[in-house]
Amino acid sequence: MSDRLATARPRGLSFVVDSPRWLGPLMIGPAVLYIVLVVGLPFVLAILYAFSDVSMGHRTLEFVGFRNFASVLGTPKFQTALKNTFVFAVTSQVLVMVLATVLALALIRDFHGKWLVRLLILLPWVAPISLGTIGWLWILDSTYSVINWTLEALGLITNEGWLMWLGVPHLAMASVIVIHVWRILPLATVILIAGLTSIPHDIHDAAQMDGAGFWRHLFQVTVPLIRPIMLVAGLFGLVFAFTDMIVIFVLTRGGPYDTTQVLASLAFFTGIQGGDLAEGAAVALFLFPLLVAVAVGFLRVARRTEVT
Amino acid sequence: MAARPTVRRLAGRGGHLGLIGLFTVFSAFPFYWMLITTFKRTSDLLKRGNNPFVYNQPPTLENLRVLFYDTLYVQWLANTFFVGLLVVLITLVLAVPAGYALARLTGRVGEHLGIAIFLTYLVPPTLLFIPMSRLIADLGLQDSLWSLVVVYPSFTVPFCTWLLMGFFKAIPRDLEEAAMIDGYSRLGAFVKVVIPISVAGILTVIIFTLTLVMQEFVYALTFITAARHFTVSVGVPTFLVHGDVYFWGSLMAGCFIASVPIAVLYNFFVDRFIAGFTAGAIK
Repeated sequence: MSDRLATARPRGLSFVVDSPRWLGPLMIGPAVLYIVLVVGLPFVLAILYAFSDVSMGHRTLEFVGFRNFASVLGTPKFQTALKNTFVFAVTSQVLVMVLATVLALALIRDFHGKWLVRLLILLPWVAPISLGTIGWLWILDSTYSVINWTLEALGLITNEGWLMWLGVPHLAMASVIVIHVWRILPLATVILIAGLTSIPHDIHDAAQMDGAGFWRHLFQVTVPLIRPIMLVAGLFGLVFAFTDMIVIFVLTRGGPYDTTQVLASLAFFTGIQGGDLAEGAAVALFLFPLLVAVAVGFLRVARRTEVT
Repeated sequence: MAARPTVRRLAGRGGHLGLIGLFTVFSAFPFYWMLITTFKRTSDLLKRGNNPFVYNQPPTLENLRVLFYDTLYVQWLANTFFVGLLVVLITLVLAVPAGYALARLTGRVGEHLGIAIFLTYLVPPTLLFIPMSRLIADLGLQDSLWSLVVVYPSFTVPFCTWLLMGFFKAIPRDLEEAAMIDGYSRLGAFVKVVIPISVAGILTVIIFTLTLVMQEFVYALTFITAARHFTVSVGVPTFLVHGDVYFWGSLMAGCFIASVPIAVLYNFFVDRFIAGFTAGAIK
C-alpha cells in the first residue's frame, strides 16, 4: 500500500525516505556496521591471535599453528582453571535455578510491602558488580568477618576457630559460588516471575477444580508451562557464570593456589597482566564452544515459540 | 471452617513471609553493611572484640570526608557520567533507527538479523578484551576514556536494538499509515509520529545504557592505567586499597553511593527490561 503511494509521486529523494527497500537497510546499516567493527573484527582477531605469537611488546605477528593451545593445555594451571570453570558455573547455575523458582513462586503472591522487597531483592543485580562484591570482601574479611563474629556469638565456633572464608581452597570456592548466586539470582527470579504471570488464570483454576495438590500443581502444571522461560533464564545465567571474572577477580584473584581460577580470569592474567596476548587469546577461545551451544539453545527456544 | 485449616493457613503465611524475609536479607545485607560501615570509626571497625552490629564508638563523617576530598572518587564519578552520556548518545543514534527498521521495514530477513544482533550481546568481554586491547593501542586510545566510549556501544547497541524492536512492534501500524496518507513520507512518519509516542521506550534504553556503563569492569580494567582516568566500578576496588591496607569506611561509602541510587532508578524500568530478555519466549 505505502509502496504504491511512494511510486505514485516520485520526486527527488522521496523514493529513499518512502520505500522500505531503501529505507530499511539505510536505517539498520550503521548499527550493523558498528557491531561488525567492534564485535565482529575483535572476534576474528581473537581467533587469529590464538594461532599466532602476538604479544604486548612486538608488532609483527606470525602463525604458529596449534602451539599456543598445546602449551596452554599442558599446564596444570589451565587444567585446574577448566575444571574450576565447570564446577563454578554448573553449581552456581543449579543453585540459581532452584532458588529463583522458589523465590519467584513466593513473590508472585500478594503481600504488604511487595515493592520494597522487590527493590531490595533486585539490588545485587543492579548495583555495579565489582562494588557489591567489595561489600562481601568486607563481610568475609579474614580478621573482622561479621559472619564469624555471629557464629561465635551463637556458640558455633570458638574464638580460635574463625573461618578463613577466602583463604582456604574449598571454602574459597564455596564463597565465590554463593556470591555469584547472590548476584545472578535477581535476574533469574524476575524472568521467572514474568513467565509465571503470563500463565492464564483459568489454567490454575482448572487445575484446582480437578483437585491437584500443591506439588502436583507445581510440577505438572506450572513448571511445564514456564519451561521455555526457565530455559532462557538458565541460558543467560550459564553465559554469565562461564564468562564472568569480576566476582573472582575482586574476591580472590584466582587464589588461594589457583583453586578459584577460572578460564576468564586466567585469560586476563595471562593475556593482559602477563602480556602474552596469544596464550591469553587461546585460553579465552575455550569459552567459545560453550557460547555456541548456548546460542543454539536460545535459537531453538525462539523458533519453537514462533511456531506455536 | 474448622480450626485446623486456619492454623495451617497461618503457618503457610508465616512460612511464606519467613521465606521472603530470608531472601531479602541475603540480597540486601551487603548494602546494609556498607551503610553501617560508612559511619564507623576505623578504630571501631578494626577491633576484633567489638560487636560489629552496633556503634561501639560515636558515628563519624570522617570516612566520607576522606572519600570526597582525599581520593579521586569524585573524578571517577565524573568520568563514569562522561562516558555514560556519550555512550547513550551513540546507542540512541544507532539503535533507534535499527530497532524501527527491524520492526517494520526489513521483513523476514530482518527477523533473522534481529536475532543475530541479539546474539552478539552474548559474546562476552572476556573473549574480546585481548584483541580489543591491541586495537585500542593501535588507535592510540590506550589509557583514555575515549577507548571506553568507542567500545561500550558494542554491548549496549545490540541489546537496545532488540529492546526497541519489541517496543516499536507494539505500536499499531495504523498510526503511521494514517500519517502517510496525510502526506508524510515513511521516514517523516517515523520521526514525527512514532518517536514522540516512544518516549517511554527511549527512556528505558537510556537508563539501561547508563547502568551497563556503570557496571562494566573488564574493559575499563584492561584499557585504563592512570588512576584519574578510571570509572567508578574499577577505581574503587583498585585504588582505595593500598597494598594490604583497606580503608573499609571510605571503601564502603564509595560502594554504597555508586550503587544504591541508580538501583532505585532502575527499579522503575525493570519490567520493560525483562520484557526484552524474554521476548520470544513469552507471547
